[in-house]
Amino acid sequence: MQDETFAPRDWTSHPPLNHPAYKSTLLRSPSKPLVPLRQTLSELSGPVYGHDTLGPLDADLTRNARKTSEPIGERIIVTGRVLDENGRPIRNTLLEIWQANASGRYIDAVDRHDAPLDPNFLGGGRCVTDADGRYRFTTIKPGAYPWGNHANAWRPAHIHFSLFGPSIATRLITQMYFPGDPLMPLDPIFQATPEGARDRLISAFSLDATESGFALGFAFDIVLRGRHSTPMET
Amino acid sequence: MAFRQTPSQTVGPFFSFGLAPEQYGYAFRSIAGATLIDNGTPGSHIRVLGRVFDGEGQPMSDALIEIWQADAEGRYAHPADPRCSNTAFKGFGRTGTGTDFEKRFIFDTVMPGAVAGQAPHINVIVFARGMLNHLYTRLYFEDQAEANAHDPVLQSVQSERRGTLLARRDGATAPTTYRFDVRLQGEGETVFFDV
Repeated sequence: MQDETFAPRDWTSHPPLNHPAYKSTLLRSPSKPLVPLRQTLSELSGPVYGHDTLGPLDADLTRNARKTSEPIGERIIVTGRVLDENGRPIRNTLLEIWQANASGRYIDAVDRHDAPLDPNFLGGGRCVTDADGRYRFTTIKPGAYPWGNHANAWRPAHIHFSLFGPSIATRLITQMYFPGDPLMPLDPIFQATPEGARDRLISAFSLDATESGFALGFAFDIVLRGRHSTPMET
Repeated sequence: MAFRQTPSQTVGPFFSFGLAPEQYGYAFRSIAGATLIDNGTPGSHIRVLGRVFDGEGQPMSDALIEIWQADAEGRYAHPADPRCSNTAFKGFGRTGTGTDFEKRFIFDTVMPGAVAGQAPHINVIVFARGMLNHLYTRLYFEDQAEANAHDPVLQSVQSERRGTLLARRDGATAPTTYRFDVRLQGEGETVFFDV
């Protein structure tokens, strides 16, 4: 009656819950191990958000909050595919992104960084993957910004991604980084990821995705948990 | 499994305008919020509220809580459920803890029906700055003792920790309200599942 279960979260790919170099994890990570759970219908299902979820400008962050003129900064295209671990495209799944503006400032009222807000830029967007699992955003390249984790700490430029996939088991929130950013080796959030998995967080410059005379392109594929081939125990 | 999972990263402190813009007052539509029902939603309307505490017992104002639940008949609005809900009840809620003066999350929803051999429950996902991975837990209802006693997931948890998964009746006024506090670490640490 039910579908196949999902492969577990791959803890050789994900960062640990407690990573002391990222100080906020110290009091926000469980001290007890996660309790194993055999997936039930509750975990094999999840919210469904299709194309009807979207407003017409949701995927274009250079336009979706424009008031008087274009936002300041370097226009970029961010595009890629959402796949499962078996390489199958994940169709019709919602991606939500949020980011700082070109000066490294978030519109979030909690952000106290002394860098200018851009009245024409919100920094939030969303889109839904097509039949090949492909998504595409137009946005502004975010700036680096300082934070209080340690002396002279700066976050590398990044875009936050949130995805659902087919169930709550495939839920993922991650961050996309830019190739060659010298701050990545110094960033405890990026570095918390196991060494062999870090490259999967870095987008690649793509001439194919670059629009002539308009914007540089960056490619970033995302892999969510895939289905086991064995049927679920009941 | 030829492709490897994309690593998780923290939601960070600045998700409000992206993930819950209407709640925080930004001019961008939210896909989901803290109210899962309208007056016509079938079932028993309930309120579920609580706070998220860190390892020093401090309530957190920058957590993001998502809930996923069945409708009053125990049906999920998803194709994996053969009894797929045909009501307007979507079953998904999302809210941050940064707009309530007591740092609570407050969901208005329906009492979920029992799902295939399980006690009524709400699936809860917790995100926050300082959490490199989201955590899954489940909310069960204290006053469903008989169903809880036969729930395979709840019964798989050590008896002394089961209470962390029970939402308790909070006050006697309408709407029927349940309190479910989440403790990330330490005394009374909530059970989190490796889903």
